[in-house]
Amino acid sequence: METTRFILSTSPHIRDPITTRKIMCQVIVALAPVTLYSVVIHGVHGFYVIVSSIAGALLGELAVQKGRRLPVTLDDCSALLTGLLLALTLPPKVNWWIALVAGLVATVLGKQVFGGLGHNLFNPALVGRAVAFVSWAAYMTAGYVKSAAIGIASTPAHKAIEKAVDVAGGASPLAAMKIVYDPSLSPVGPGGVPHGIQASSYYKPLLLANPWGCLGEVSALLLVLGGIYLAVTRIIDWRIPVIYVGTVAALTAITGRDPLFYTLAGGLLIGAIFMATDYTTSPLAPRGKVIYALGLGLVTWLLRFWSNNPEGVMFAILFMNGLVPIIDRYVLPRTYGKAARTKEASGP
Amino acid sequence: MRTVAGINAGWRKRIRGGVHPPDNKHYTAEKPITRMEAPELVAIPLRQHIGAPCSPKVKKGDRVLVGTVIGDSEAFVSAPVHSSVSGTVREIAPHPHPVGGESPAVIIENDGLYERDPSLQPSPWEDMGPEDIRRAVRAAGMVGLGGAAFPTHVKLAPPGEFPIDTVILNGAECEPFLTADYRLMLEQTEEVVEGLRIIMKAVGAPRAVIAVEDNKPLAVRKLAEVVRDPAIELRTLRTRYPQGAEKVLISNILGREVPSGGLPMHVGVVVNNVGTARAIAHYFRTGLPLVERVVTVTGSVIREPSNLLVPLGTSFAAAVEACGGFMSHPAKVIMGGPMMGLAQHTLEVPVVKGTSGILALSDREASYEVPREPVCIRCGRCVEACPMNLIPTYLAVFSHRERWEEARRLNINDCIECGCCAYACPTRNPIVQLIKFGKAELARLKAAEERRARERETSAGKEGGGGNH
Repeated sequence: METTRFILSTSPHIRDPITTRKIMCQVIVALAPVTLYSVVIHGVHGFYVIVSSIAGALLGELAVQKGRRLPVTLDDCSALLTGLLLALTLPPKVNWWIALVAGLVATVLGKQVFGGLGHNLFNPALVGRAVAFVSWAAYMTAGYVKSAAIGIASTPAHKAIEKAVDVAGGASPLAAMKIVYDPSLSPVGPGGVPHGIQASSYYKPLLLANPWGCLGEVSALLLVLGGIYLAVTRIIDWRIPVIYVGTVAALTAITGRDPLFYTLAGGLLIGAIFMATDYTTSPLAPRGKVIYALGLGLVTWLLRFWSNNPEGVMFAILFMNGLVPIIDRYVLPRTYGKAARTKEASGP
Repeated sequence: MRTVAGINAGWRKRIRGGVHPPDNKHYTAEKPITRMEAPELVAIPLRQHIGAPCSPKVKKGDRVLVGTVIGDSEAFVSAPVHSSVSGTVREIAPHPHPVGGESPAVIIENDGLYERDPSLQPSPWEDMGPEDIRRAVRAAGMVGLGGAAFPTHVKLAPPGEFPIDTVILNGAECEPFLTADYRLMLEQTEEVVEGLRIIMKAVGAPRAVIAVEDNKPLAVRKLAEVVRDPAIELRTLRTRYPQGAEKVLISNILGREVPSGGLPMHVGVVVNNVGTARAIAHYFRTGLPLVERVVTVTGSVIREPSNLLVPLGTSFAAAVEACGGFMSHPAKVIMGGPMMGLAQHTLEVPVVKGTSGILALSDREASYEVPREPVCIRCGRCVEACPMNLIPTYLAVFSHRERWEEARRLNINDCIECGCCAYACPTRNPIVQLIKFGKAELARLKAAEERRARERETSAGKEGGGGNH
């Protein structure tokens, strides 16, 4: 036999073909329907917002990596995904430069300052959104105007809601219902309460064609389908979205409000399915994930019903992100063959 | 029906952790076991098991027969080594060993006659007591044939305070590519089951479970036909690596956990591989000790992948040649399966008792992109995959940064090195490799610590003027 040279390395000798890039691309695939549909509903301006946000995120990543003379990792598609996710949490009429700056902030301050992929404490897309939210609050909340109302987003149900709600005043479904449930919050007094509007009248528009929210909130149905796709392909752990949404729905019902409406409206579904499941900023071990998801539900419920804002998903996720290192330190799986849990352990 | 109920019970049981690599058993699953001729020279290492190595019992120029003891040891945790051919001892010299480095081996010129040692006689195990059975099993040179090569008689001698209530016969064969155990279950079913009964008798176990993964339905059916004893239950398990790992098997079948640092006997269990059982029965039936074993020679670059009955000491090169050689240059040659096997640097290494397979991988199969810098995206796939419920990614980082206290606190020593974490990692982090390094370093540090403590003690003793009692 000829003299031979063989590769020497220790086992395992084979690897799962999954890669970071493939994972990121799967998430992008899961977001594709809602992204495209959003452009359909919101028109070309929605497209500009998406492009600006992605451009900002890519630029931010590129600039830091070039500046630090690190290998450029745009090809892992994680910055692309961050930009897309951020865009989907922005209002459709937001200025393109806000989207761009938010994108830059997302990858620079949200991710690269911590050391890049896998090291950030907070969800980068939500860091970008939070900065835009507090910096340009007026732009960020005034964006919920009646859209180019194409047929699917202009059914009799839509018209009835828009008639009842002063849409030009920027009443998102959550804001409208907050006043319905608590008329004292109405800016123009009890008389300003939208008349004849019920949570249930929102179901269909929220599921199928919702023009009154962020770009990614156009259809709860498409978000859920994307989530099912990711859960079935085992890209995300189903526990986080299911427990998160379940906790919000249960607490909402206990508070005496409509759980289905509060599940479909606002950023809960996109947050639970696509943001809370972010690998880097959620706990590693299954039990930690359960605690994290319960916490998310609790904080979201608190913010939605007991804060000035109608929505609380973004800050709930950012808050729970901050607790992840603690959860990972104390909530470990019980090692096989160990009678009791190890008292203390810490992450790297 | 009892057996059917037993089979069905297995389907519901879910393994914790694990991964599901492509099983690639199609290369050899349909290939019956064929015997190969030993080459002109066989090199039989004196170290073929866990425990004390053997000292040579023959010298240069001696004539040996098939089954002649060529190496043995006084130690309890050891097993004798026999000649697999008849012929003349050419020399006793260091020879490349598949487990690494070189090891003293008895090099025998094969005369091609395969003359049996006349002292080898069948023994009726039904009339023997447990102690005699164990002695015979040791004399046969029996070790665990699943790959670990732990001396079988030691396993069969649990101390009295740990009564064994169940013997598990491991036919999971969860490593991809390997089919040696499958073919044995199919072709030598009677001997496999008889071997199990011998083991049950030796350890005094009232019952046994034969565990087979559900990707081997023919083997399950064949076993169901042969098993007549109501004390033996047949169990199919979900196909999932590392279903056949001892600790995983015990918890999936019996719901018992082997305590950390403990052995199966501590929970009343003895686990043996089907190949071992078959070899034990074969010994009692024929008197032939462990001088040959079934080896799956497989992989995409092997011309005719086969299940070969190989005389021990045969070089990998000769075994591959017996399978038509390589179709193209193999990038990697592995002893065992792709998940836990050992990469070889030369084909001169001999087939030993622990050689379950010879796997040759092509360049495309063997190479994968390694990250420029290890990165963890915290996806948790390694955590999900770990059958021991560890946090592999943290253990890897702690090993990499040599933070031993933290690694120990996260139970690094409970890692069974199955490799699921590294297999599952999307960033190709060498997780289990770093953990193995960490475990070795920790063991080394502990040994050094103990040595220092002993030295302190002895020097203190001297200075104190014989303070020792």
